[in-house]
Amino acid sequence: MIPASHAFKERARAAMADPDLTRALTKFKTGFPLKRAQAVAALPEFEALRDEGKRIKDHALAHLDLYLERFEAKVTAAGGQVHWARTPAEARAAILSICRAAGARMVTKGKSMVSEEVGLNAALEEAGLEVVETDLGEYIIQIRKEAPSHIIAPALHLSKEQVAEDFRRVHTHLDPARSLSEPSDLLTEARVLLREKFLAADVGITGANFLIAETGSTVIVTNEGNGDLTQSLPRVHVVLTSIEKVVPTLEDASTLLRLLARSATGQELSTYTTFSTGPRRPDDLDGPEQFHVVLLDNGRSALLGTEMQEALRCIRCGACMNHCPVYHAVGGHAYGWVYPGPIGAVIDPALIGLEEARHLPNASTFCGRCESVCPVRIPLPRLMRLWREKEAAARLSPGPQRWGLGLWAFLARRPGLYRLTTRLGMGLLGTMGGRRGRFRYLPLAGGWTGARDFPAPTGRTFQDLYRESQRARP
Amino acid sequence: MPAPDTPRDTILGTIRRAVATVRDETAARAAVEQRLAAPPRNLIPARGQVPPPQQVELFQRMATLVAATVEPVAEPGRVPHAVADYLSAHNLPARVRVAPDAALQAIPWDRRPTLEVGFGPARADDPVCVTAALAGVAETGSLLLASGADHAAPLAFLPHTHLVVLSAADIVGVYEEAWDRLRRRQADRGLGMPRAVTLVTGPSRTADIEQTSLLHAHGPGRLHIILVGPPAHGAEPLHG
Ligand code: SF4
Repeated sequence: MIPASHAFKERARAAMADPDLTRALTKFKTGFPLKRAQAVAALPEFEALRDEGKRIKDHALAHLDLYLERFEAKVTAAGGQVHWARTPAEARAAILSICRAAGARMVTKGKSMVSEEVGLNAALEEAGLEVVETDLGEYIIQIRKEAPSHIIAPALHLSKEQVAEDFRRVHTHLDPARSLSEPSDLLTEARVLLREKFLAADVGITGANFLIAETGSTVIVTNEGNGDLTQSLPRVHVVLTSIEKVVPTLEDASTLLRLLARSATGQELSTYTTFSTGPRRPDDLDGPEQFHVVLLDNGRSALLGTEMQEALRCIRCGACMNHCPVYHAVGGHAYGWVYPGPIGAVIDPALIGLEEARHLPNASTFCGRCESVCPVRIPLPRLMRLWREKEAAARLSPGPQRWGLGLWAFLARRPGLYRLTTRLGMGLLGTMGGRRGRFRYLPLAGGWTGARDFPAPTGRTFQDLYRESQRARP
Repeated sequence: MPAPDTPRDTILGTIRRAVATVRDETAARAAVEQRLAAPPRNLIPARGQVPPPQQVELFQRMATLVAATVEPVAEPGRVPHAVADYLSAHNLPARVRVAPDAALQAIPWDRRPTLEVGFGPARADDPVCVTAALAGVAETGSLLLASGADHAAPLAFLPHTHLVVLSAADIVGVYEEAWDRLRRRQADRGLGMPRAVTLVTGPSRTADIEQTSLLHAHGPGRLHIILVGPPAHGAEPLHG
């Protein structure tokens, strides 16, 4: 996927002016948080499980090389193959050559954010393959040629009317007069259509939520069952995933599974949690003949041993964006890359570069809701602040912004001068504000006055008042 | 030192340079070996850690909460009747594809002569499939299915209706107990992890359109669990 994060400000402005999107986001911002709260309330150990989840991922990351080696050995022992990819290009090349070697013409896919990250669909289509997304939300955005707007609810930004319109546009072999007014009509149509694709596919590609070193298994969770049909019907199963997903044992995966669905959708567990290990065995009734795991790095290993390592604990539940007031206002597409919301603000600069993604860590009020719900306790605001510091150090932000901050820092370090300046400034603004007591426009404060008036200060500074009240105390 | 060249070398090399500075190599390797050889249990919620009769009750409650249906029957001989009656109550053809599982093959299907029973993997047009489950997990009302010579994964995904025959004696409290059962069974058979192991929690669903929750996405729209013989009555487990 080609990043558009540098245009965050323009994209955010456009998003807020889009009434369809605003309607979708209004519904979204109460739904998931409420369901999560109910699931959390139903499990007294939830907070303690978050500590466990953090501990497990920290342990796995501290021994990442050893667990990846064991995972690879187990996959190989089960008859599968592991392919390592430093870059998106290497991941695409590995999958293309698997498809070519299998003489594949049609590929079905389960939802995978890493696949979006490496831009897999475009590469496969360019090579002449038919690629079909089978998760309902992914299918919808595929026929719209859009990117997902949320990591677990990719078509969150669309109304059923928009989807119906797309189905009419693309499914031209069906009766144009058919009814598509209800979500269930749309689901039925997609199910029937995709069923044929499942049965005809040569290669099935899925992602993975976890990898298990103990058994060499890859784990996917879905509610629709599309991931299981994707991986059990074709001749070849390819798992495209990234290195930080490995955990030691089935027990460790179980703990994280207790956190994942509750944090994501408020379910106790997703409908289908499937552990896939190798290709079909000699006596098996079903299953693919080949099993491949493509392990992508793409900048992740470089975060190990740095302050950013904590971001690698992420289990991609989406809770941070479900609870983010900025995401609620602008939606996922504004962020301009695969991972939106608070976790996107933290990992996108690492994966696509700070210069491209520098607005994202700034798109936060640091209200802290993300951190308060993150199942593996990633300190998202602190990590965003680290990126802001790096941005300032690299002089990536515009001059006036940096000079303004520099001026403020100069004053803040000189209390006497600071008090004098604020007293003078307030007096001046108070006089200029006149009888209206408000400013319609104020130089250097256009960001504020563009949407509302700026109240003119009327009295003395906070510090003066504070000192007086302290003195007045007995 | 020559520059590492394969992607594998580069990635593992970068990881090692970052983590090796902060760990004692011998201790780290020992800790990893130990964790993998004897996986320790993490914190397990109290909900599922109850005596067996309550586990069965919890399983039923949790499965029902996720829109599965549960029908207890006294003994395996009742299963053909439960299946046939369920099909007729839902206006479904009296025809089922059944996983060639030993316990399912031992069921006296001929007690309902009108019921057409075919053993084997699912076909695309099978409306109803019957499978066993290795275990039922009470904490979330989940079923543990494992592919092999006696079960094919699509049996649980291709049909519109999925019927599961589960012995009440195979209900466990928590996931960790299910893994122990699976490990024991596979070791007894001289096998490692099965190709596909799935925890099924309710029928298939989606909320991808306007967050409207709908059943019957790609997998079955109905999940009906026939629960055979409460353990309190000393029924023989289907899987031991
Ligand atoms: S950062 Fe935390 S809350 Fe956000 S997606 Fe990752 S695990 Fe979930």
